[in-house]
Amino acid sequence: MTTPSTPSHSSSRDLAMIAVFAGIVAALGLVPAVAAFGGAVPITAQSLGVMLAGAILGPRRGALALVLFLALVALGLPLLAGGRGGLGVFAGPSVGYLIGFPVAAFVVGAITHAFGAPYRLVPGLLATVLGGVALLNVIGIVGLMARADLSLPAAFSAALVFVPGDVVKAVVCVLVARGVHAASPGLLPERRTRPLAQRADAAA
Amino acid sequence: MSTSLGLYRPGTSPVHRTPAGVKLAVVVAAGIGSVFVRTPAVAGVLLAVVLVAYTVARTPPGLLWHSVRPLCWVLVPLMVFQVLTAGWARASVIVGVIVTLVLLANLVTLTTRTTELVDVVVRLAAPLRFLGVDPERVGLVLNLGIRGVPLVLELATEVREAQHARGQAASARAFAVPLIVGALRRSDEIGEALAARGFDD
Repeated sequence: MTTPSTPSHSSSRDLAMIAVFAGIVAALGLVPAVAAFGGAVPITAQSLGVMLAGAILGPRRGALALVLFLALVALGLPLLAGGRGGLGVFAGPSVGYLIGFPVAAFVVGAITHAFGAPYRLVPGLLATVLGGVALLNVIGIVGLMARADLSLPAAFSAALVFVPGDVVKAVVCVLVARGVHAASPGLLPERRTRPLAQRADAAA
Repeated sequence: MSTSLGLYRPGTSPVHRTPAGVKLAVVVAAGIGSVFVRTPAVAGVLLAVVLVAYTVARTPPGLLWHSVRPLCWVLVPLMVFQVLTAGWARASVIVGVIVTLVLLANLVTLTTRTTELVDVVVRLAAPLRFLGVDPERVGLVLNLGIRGVPLVLELATEVREAQHARGQAASARAFAVPLIVGALRRSDEIGEALAARGFDD
């Protein structure tokens, strides 16, 4: 855990991390769904994997892990929650959420990286809720409107059902991410202390 | 998860023998074309064409149901909602097109080997070289990812057994933290192994 990734090239260690995290997102899809509202809405742990990818790997590797995950799904592996997979899922109404996965991971990672090391709960939660709950649902709603021909209010209320579960997942993500960052330091960039130091200089 | 990862069903039908790139092109074209479907009759004809293709590929009817069933919890409420707000005709076009596209895409998945699809992706990535995309690395990371899934599942079993051995109750956090830390450690090892084989830049 020494060299930070350069923006344009992935080291072989980055490639391995991306691949292994795609596996983690897949494994979380196997966690049995909690059926809310009498089984009408399956709440799965898969989007927890999206949040974790951003919070742990950062924007670039996190987003690439989710791109790889979607590519594996498209290639026919049954990795989506409920054992779904294949190209067909990209024709379904929840395609917006799938496209939103890498985008959400990127934004969670970008905000988390902006706060830097050490990982703290409140900024972590802010990053996870903004990227992993708000943004992911916005993209999902656009997908519902386009694919299922729903109006904005109808798509919005359909998505609203998932939000309480998403918030619980964001809290779990932040607690897990803190544990992981404590156990494997070096994944987050050091927080820039220069502005503070400059302020101290100016005061002196 | 089944022992053979993947949804591919071996066969020798004309659908199986069509090159993967052609099948993927048909799916993309159908997705774009679906926007222009306006009447239930057209949607019905397209659905019938896809069902004929399933018959040609000799797909067991059970698999057909298997690929539509997970969509029911979305499609049934959607159908009811669209019938009430947009009428029968519009509702059957919307739901019919979704079912048709899902079935068509699943047919490609059922009749094409994952390795063939990986090859298509690597070929498609070749023109992206000028963006800094290395097709070889794309193929490598896809194959690493295919291996990554069972690897994480093995780790998950180890972590669960370790928890049981220590008599810990099931807790999402107590499970996820060692799983992810273990996975990161494993990816360090894989990264070193790749670097040793000259895959690093």
